[in-house]
Amino acid sequence: MLAPRSLKRGFVTPEGVDLKLELGSAAARAAAFLIDALILMALLIAATLALIYLGSGPDVALTLWLVGFFFLRVGWFVVFEMGSRGGTPGKRLLGLRVVARDGARLTAAAVIARNAMREIEVFLPLSFLGTEAAEGTADRFLILFALIWSGTFLFFPLFNRDRLRVGDLVAGTWVVQTREARLVPEVLDSAVAGRRQFSDEALSLYGIYELHTLEDVLRGGRADSMATVACAIRAKAGIADDGDDPGFLADYYAALRTRLEAGLLTGQRRADKFS
Amino acid sequence: MSAAARQLPGGPLINADRFRSIHQAEWERLDALITRMEKRSVRALGDEDLLALPGLYRTTLSSLSVARDTSLDRSLIIYLEQLCTRAYFQIYGVQAPVRRQLASFFAHAWPTAVRGLWRETLVSAVLMLLAATAAFLLVRSAPEWFYAIIAGDLASGRDPSASQEHLRATLYDSGDGMLVTFATYLFTHNSQVAIFAFALGFAFAVPTVLLILYNGLSLGAMFAVFQTQGLGINFTAWLMIHGTTELFAVAVAGAAGIRIGMAVAFPGRVMRMESAVLAGRQAGTAMAGVVLMLLVAGILEGIGRQTVTGDVARFIIGTAMLTGWIIYFYLWGGRRA
Repeated sequence: MLAPRSLKRGFVTPEGVDLKLELGSAAARAAAFLIDALILMALLIAATLALIYLGSGPDVALTLWLVGFFFLRVGWFVVFEMGSRGGTPGKRLLGLRVVARDGARLTAAAVIARNAMREIEVFLPLSFLGTEAAEGTADRFLILFALIWSGTFLFFPLFNRDRLRVGDLVAGTWVVQTREARLVPEVLDSAVAGRRQFSDEALSLYGIYELHTLEDVLRGGRADSMATVACAIRAKAGIADDGDDPGFLADYYAALRTRLEAGLLTGQRRADKFS
Repeated sequence: MSAAARQLPGGPLINADRFRSIHQAEWERLDALITRMEKRSVRALGDEDLLALPGLYRTTLSSLSVARDTSLDRSLIIYLEQLCTRAYFQIYGVQAPVRRQLASFFAHAWPTAVRGLWRETLVSAVLMLLAATAAFLLVRSAPEWFYAIIAGDLASGRDPSASQEHLRATLYDSGDGMLVTFATYLFTHNSQVAIFAFALGFAFAVPTVLLILYNGLSLGAMFAVFQTQGLGINFTAWLMIHGTTELFAVAVAGAAGIRIGMAVAFPGRVMRMESAVLAGRQAGTAMAGVVLMLLVAGILEGIGRQTVTGDVARFIIGTAMLTGWIIYFYLWGGRRA
């Protein structure tokens, strides 16, 4: 299958607005799972040490440990994903969220189905290998089989466009990337008088993509990148260097944006300099 | 408006500025409300905030539409997009309170899901019974079959060579403590079978059917061993106290797996993926119930079977559990939608 060009997916609310969700990348999801696994492991180790410290008998300790591990790994994912943030601490740290693919609310049934599948995706081959290794009976063929098995599930998200795990597939969910964005002030103070004027040709060089790049450069505020960009624009538009790169870029940004926004109002959206 | 006094040659820039200054307070209020909902819950909002929420959400959504069509201020659009997305999930995606969710699960969702799987449940029960009968007949005719069917560590001494006293002891003596029995139970045979029967269902239900058959085989083989020693009835009583619940749970889990497998193999008029999702939702609810049933079975096995050692009492408890489940799933539960 072809690699997807983008992880953006249309997602139309009942009000008819497309929210353009971004799917969580495979890397982010793997990292989230690793964080969860590490937390679970730390909790288990702490509990084990506590059990040893309390000096309970091996039978009771083993029992509590097994029961605890079962409820911990089953409960961890289900309880957190049913919460209002829709994700485990690992997912939250990476800004991921579990969402129903049809946009409806995420039901408890979907969360359970999604996480029951994890048992065969991760814990079955792991516990299988663990027992075999502990008993020293694992032969090469068995190890190979377990690796192929878990590999199939592990890399499953990479082989479909929507990055679905087998559990996601069955439960009708997907994992989206949420972003924390603050409302930052406008890059320009529009009340500055006495802007430079640019010719029509100078302003018809670029489109929206370049405008946004220029916005990033202005917000970044680094002198060297500003100098490079200002130099490139001046060369292309045939404007003499006046030694004030930030001022020049700000004025050019203002003029270009005015022009492109005026275009928007008349229905002309110029995506980039090639269109 | 005072902003109009700042009119400059770069007209639309001023417009974008004004757009911000008019709506910014609303966006920020929505942002604060959503953050509070994410951190705690809807209950953290007062009446006034709660009433304002839908209006603020719609205003912000329309701001996003306007901004996308008229403004090239990327930071503003990104801010509005993420704010609308967070608000959407808080408003449309939020779960009912846990107590109501639990109530509707027990009163409606669980029995409905299990009842919806009745055909598959019947199939897996029949499969289990057939396999058990086959294994019983095989072991009766030639005891060597027993070793082919049941792995050594699972039998724990309960094989054809065992004496009657030993077999009887396994039925009535409580060797380990309750907790140990309960815990080992969680990880032993039947609960694993239940989880895998469900989880492997999507492979066209083939592994599920094999697992169910195997489960029946080991049951039949074990029964044959006890039966030849004249302990058939005692074994049935021993099994029934928790077995009616547990085997029912395994049958339902198998049914859930079969449903998913069939939905993937024969999607009918809907798309394969959609069909799998529909089946997965229903099967998922039934599976949540299966986990509960397995817990009940675990309690019955860990506590009930250790304390109740009379055959008649065991029969009564087992039959009562079975009748209870059948009434709950098929006769009473979920009628009041």
